[in-house]
Amino acid sequence: MRARDAILKRLRERTDSPLSAPESDFAVVTHRGWSQEERLARFERWIVSVHGEVIHAPRDTWTDTLAKVLADKGVRRLALGKEHPVAAEARHALADAEVELVDVDRDIESWQREQFERVDAGLTSTRGAIAETGSLWLWPTPDEPRLISLVPPIHVAVLDADTLEDTFFDVVEAHGWADGMPTNALLISGPSKTADIEQTLAYGVHGPRALVVIVRHAAAAAGGEA
Amino acid sequence: MSVQSHDVQPQGVQTYSPREFHRQAHDALGNPQIRANFRKAMDGLMTKRRDSFGDWDLETLRELGANIRLRALAKLPDLLEQLEANCEANGIRVHWAEDGDQACRIIREICESHDASSVVKGKSMVTEEMHLNAHLEEAGIEALESDLGEYLVQLNEQTPSHIIMPAIHLNTDEISEILHDKTGTERTRDVDYMTAAARSQLRERFMAADVGISGVNFAVAETGTLCLVENEGNGRMTTTVPPVHIAVTGIEKVVEQLRDVPPLYALLTRSATGQHVTTYFNMISSPRKDGEHDGPKEVHLVLVDSGRSSIYQDDELLDTLRCIRCGACMNHCPVYTRVGGHTYGTTYPGPIGSILSPHLMGLDETKDLPTASSLCGACGEVCPVKIPIPDLLVRLRRESVGEGRGNVPGAGVKRTRKEAAAWKGFQWLATHPAVWRAGTAVAGKLKALMPAKLGSWTDYRTAPRPAGTTLHALVKRHQANKTHGEER
Repeated sequence: MRARDAILKRLRERTDSPLSAPESDFAVVTHRGWSQEERLARFERWIVSVHGEVIHAPRDTWTDTLAKVLADKGVRRLALGKEHPVAAEARHALADAEVELVDVDRDIESWQREQFERVDAGLTSTRGAIAETGSLWLWPTPDEPRLISLVPPIHVAVLDADTLEDTFFDVVEAHGWADGMPTNALLISGPSKTADIEQTLAYGVHGPRALVVIVRHAAAAAGGEA
Repeated sequence: MSVQSHDVQPQGVQTYSPREFHRQAHDALGNPQIRANFRKAMDGLMTKRRDSFGDWDLETLRELGANIRLRALAKLPDLLEQLEANCEANGIRVHWAEDGDQACRIIREICESHDASSVVKGKSMVTEEMHLNAHLEEAGIEALESDLGEYLVQLNEQTPSHIIMPAIHLNTDEISEILHDKTGTERTRDVDYMTAAARSQLRERFMAADVGISGVNFAVAETGTLCLVENEGNGRMTTTVPPVHIAVTGIEKVVEQLRDVPPLYALLTRSATGQHVTTYFNMISSPRKDGEHDGPKEVHLVLVDSGRSSIYQDDELLDTLRCIRCGACMNHCPVYTRVGGHTYGTTYPGPIGSILSPHLMGLDETKDLPTASSLCGACGEVCPVKIPIPDLLVRLRRESVGEGRGNVPGAGVKRTRKEAAAWKGFQWLATHPAVWRAGTAVAGKLKALMPAKLGSWTDYRTAPRPAGTTLHALVKRHQANKTHGEER
């Protein structure tokens, strides 16, 4: 505690006059006023710009889209939760598929090497997303732990179109993040990447090489491709 | 207390010293490879930054960024206590360190309490500042860097040459050679192959690591949350896979509220690399809770002072602590671009390094750094939190000749009696008009006697020649003619 007290004392008894704190005006990071179409277009443009994929699907047949994505990518073992409706629906739909479903409701210590080496993809829900930057909002849970969006080479994230918001600031404010943060809150805005070798972009350096976002649209609003 | 010790230099590591700035600059300028690597990288980064702010009211955003940081600094002691209380309430253990050595000891003791032999690190400049890796190695604990750039630099037994892009001084061929030499990969120009090789090498290390050590970009007092900004996923690996996570940060990185984070994050990624966002924004508020299946069971936060509370004393110097470590000042610095990061011989190179390092290491060690600038002003113009870097460089120049307030360790190191007397004499001359006029008139008459060589001043310049007629006399003559003309 000696260091603590000494540091705080030095800060409190600063030589120059006491400092005053300015007020902040956050208008520049909010009030975008985008329509839902604009939000979706921005979100998709940004995700695609960083090598991610966005696939639109009607709310009630999204698992067909999922099955197709998994088949196209050659996914044989998929890690996913059980309780979240996204995971439950996926499990139900994939019950007879070729894909082996890997339970994630077990402590990492018991299956670390398996997760690192023998899982092809992780499926997660999302709580929302940010149009301005093309970012997914995830709060990992015991049902969908932190590492399934990081360790497997492919991350498939399911996003409901109507949970898309304009800016990061809007999400933090509207959902009262400050009232209770989870163990780990994440924004994910693409597959893992690096430019550390002479500014050349390379994907999948430590985390997933591919990020696929399945955007679910409520039946009425489902316009266009599935 | 605030001065970093230099005896813990990593063994065998190529070292640079700020004392040797001039020699190192000379060497770097004579190395076309280094100059080409930096030129190419910095040109790209400047363009990308400009484009990424295209849609923004940048001045308003910078104003907000500066304002958030000023508010955090105004309340710093209270916010640190609030951060500590909230972290502890969330289960994060908080440690305080007066200097780098103390921080190293705290970290080593945490490692030892877990019988750790292997540590994996996410990018953290504050741990570079305190030479943590060397300290841990002396205690028999292997510290492996996991950011690809840091990993390459560590394999090459070097230190980072840029705070955001540590291996920016190396080109593809050099990196291929390093990986081939140290890890046995094929020689190649295929960046995907090299990246994949590093991925598989490091994945083993993540699994085996006993402790993960990371830095912190923003520490939120309101919620006790540690925010980490990254693209690779090594930061998430480091803070999630090993059973113990130690986050290390300078005491100035705290912000008051969660809502302060989005504007700073928006400024940071665009200023640093011209990205609209990074792949990951990782916010950690507690260790693994009951029922959760992954994440570290223990999280520690080490708050390091190391000279920062001294900077805090002085109203002008205080602005140094606003920094969010984006590196835009170095990307836009004509001096940094030409001499590269290693030349500075400090953890933080470029303009921010030149205004920060003198506090961390003393002006006696770093006396050349405040002069490693043409004062062109680019650094101040691009700074996302509006630090008046050029003014601070001038302040440190004054401090180094003993003309400041003496609030910097090593102040007065460049003061010589001869120079001080010369300026005193000039001051006297310039404040006595009659003597000044007589003196300058004589100098004009004797201009032929002016030597052609004036020490290092004339290495790259011709010596100035006093005018035959002084400006004062010219103006006087001009005014006399004018009056004469009007009368006619």
